[in-house]
Order: sequence, then C-alpha cells, then structure tokens
Amino acid sequence: MPLAMNDANVTATPISNDTATTMTTPSDAHSSKDPVVVRPTLWQIFFEFLLIGAVSFGGGIVAYERILLIEKRQWLSADSFMATLAISQTMPGLNSVNLALLAGDQLRGTMGALAAALGLMLPGGAFVLVVGIAYSAGGQHPFINVLLAGIAAGATGLLASVTYTIGKRHFVQIKSLFMIVATFVLMSMFKLSLVWVLIVMVPIGLYLYRPGQQP
Amino acid sequence: MSVLLQLAFTFGMLSILAVGGGTAVLPEMQTLLAERFNIDHTAFVHIYSIGQLAPGPNMTMVLVFGFQLAGLLGAGVVLLAFFIPSSVLCLSMGRLWQRIGERPWRRAVQNALEPISIGLMCSGVYAVAKAAVVGPLTITLAVATFAVILLTRVNPVFMILGAGGLGALLMYFFGIH
Repeated sequence: MPLAMNDANVTATPISNDTATTMTTPSDAHSSKDPVVVRPTLWQIFFEFLLIGAVSFGGGIVAYERILLIEKRQWLSADSFMATLAISQTMPGLNSVNLALLAGDQLRGTMGALAAALGLMLPGGAFVLVVGIAYSAGGQHPFINVLLAGIAAGATGLLASVTYTIGKRHFVQIKSLFMIVATFVLMSMFKLSLVWVLIVMVPIGLYLYRPGQQP
Repeated sequence: MSVLLQLAFTFGMLSILAVGGGTAVLPEMQTLLAERFNIDHTAFVHIYSIGQLAPGPNMTMVLVFGFQLAGLLGAGVVLLAFFIPSSVLCLSMGRLWQRIGERPWRRAVQNALEPISIGLMCSGVYAVAKAAVVGPLTITLAVATFAVILLTRVNPVFMILGAGGLGALLMYFFGIH
C-alpha cells in the first residue's frame, strides 16, 4: 500500500478541512490537545463493526455506521463523518465497506481499516457461504427452487425500492434524468460492457457537473 | 488454476468499476458470469437473493459464485479480488483527500457519478427482474414488496422472507405461477 505510512504527513501538511483537524494520529495521540477523541483499540474497532455486520439485516448499513461513529462511540465528529461518507461514495466499491475502511484508517491506520472492514463483512460472509453451500448441494430440489423464486421476486422489489429511494431526487432533474436514461440505454439496451458505459458517460457527467455548474 | 485466475481477473475488474456501490455492477456481473462461467440468470438471481437475506453488505454473496466454481479456494479468491482493489483505491484516495482538503472537483466527480450509478442500478433492477419476474405471481410479489417497503417501515428482510414463503406455498402446493 503506497500511502500506508503517511500519518505523520497528515499533521505536517497545512489542512483546510475539518476532517483532518479532528483526526487522531500517532503524532498527536500523546499530546493532550485533543481530549475528545480517545483512540480505540483494534479489537474495539473490529468488535463494533462486527456487531453492525451481524445485526444490519435488510440494508441501511451506513445509518448503523453513522450511529456508531458519531453517537455511540463518538469516534468521528459529524463534520468529519460527512466528509468521510462523501469520499466513500465517490470511490468505487461498496459505500458501507469504504466508510468502514476510512473510519478505521482515521482511528488506527491501515490495521484499523482492516479491522473495521473485516468485522463488517465477516457475519454476512459466513451467512452467505453456509447458505450458498447448502444451495449448491440441494438447489435442484423443487421446493428450494420455488422458495428461491419467491425470495428472488421479493428481492427484485427491494432492489427497485432502494433504487427509487436513492434516485427520486434525480429522476425529476433534467440533467440527472438524461444521465440516468443514457446510462440505462447504453447498459441494458445497447448491451455495452460496463467499461465502455463508463468511458462514455463519465466525461459527459464531469462536463455537465463541472465545478461552477448547478448540480 | 485458470478458473481461479479468471475469477480473480473478473471480480478484480468489477471491483474497480463499482462506482456508487456494488449494485451498479450487478448487470455486468450477471453478463460476465453467464459468458465466462456458465452461471445462468436464474442461478445468478437465486444467489443474489441469498445475499439480500444476509446481514451486512449484501454483496458478500459474490463469494458463493467463487465457491460454486472452485470450492472454498474460489470463494477466497473472489472475496479478495472483489474487495481489495476498491479498498486500496479508496484508502489511498481517502488519505490524499484528507491531506489536500475538500476541492470543488471532488464534488463534481461525486455529482457526475451519482446519476450514472443510479442509471446502472436501474439496469440492475432490469437485469434481476428479467430473471426473477416471470409470471403473474412473481410480478405480484415483486410489486407488493416494492410498495410495502416504500410505504411502511417494515424491515425488508421480513418482506423478502414473506414473499419467499408465500410464493413457495402457492407455487408448490397450488401450482400457481
């Protein structure tokens, strides 16, 4: 990891955003200027995210993480949480996993990031593996098949509702709607591969939403 | 061996392309798994649905594909390939951003990616629906789940389990499809 050891640089560089100023780093952890944030141990980070990974049935993981980080443990300020969330949404990968990585990184560096992400994914990973092995062994049984057919229909409804909830603000804006429809048509109608869809759409999006433009 | 390499390559690429979250790569994942690994759309949707029942990030379901194709080793390879590239990218950029601070172009990138990822999610709904919604019963179950989740605060997992139970009952014992 190329940037693994730059914690010292963080405090040495002039900082313009709130995120970095509330960050606890090895160099200031020993000074008493930051009484609010107590650096948690790796086990604490792992355990708290493991808890979220185990109870967050039905989605909404970012909301659980928000409660943990801002309210329950107060590991991040509300401002730095929002900044961290924005980055985790901008970068590829699952938002909830990215958020766990970045929060763990701010608390305990690379190992903290690993502890948070592993904790978050361990319960669900174990669940799908056990169920998946059972499915691979007996998936052809007629009752299992109809059960999964019903579950799949429900899952389609869930995916549609998540898409609607996230997208409803965008469906009514002409610029966003254009981007959404164009992406959908390229992907689902023209059957372009995802790489090509992004090669076409990202530059258009960056132009339409360039700094200074109304979103 | 070549299966493992192909799995690593496929999911590693999906990892980097997952703008706006895992759901955005669903249609591409479905296509690639069918083309390269012979996993048909029905099996894809079944495994995707298992992921929806799981706690935590439901994209952990990708490791079931690895397991089906190459056992536990395959599951491990898929897990690493799907999560390491995006994680390294996110951590590196996260640290960079915290050093240089918020810039107008970060907001521009996020604004540009948001509608793209929503468009990809629509493609995901379309891809999953084509395989899962196949008759009057599954249409009814999908629409009912959609409406109840939007209109009430009931946990989606109960709706999915309910759709599964009710659907199985009607299909298995009454032959309704």
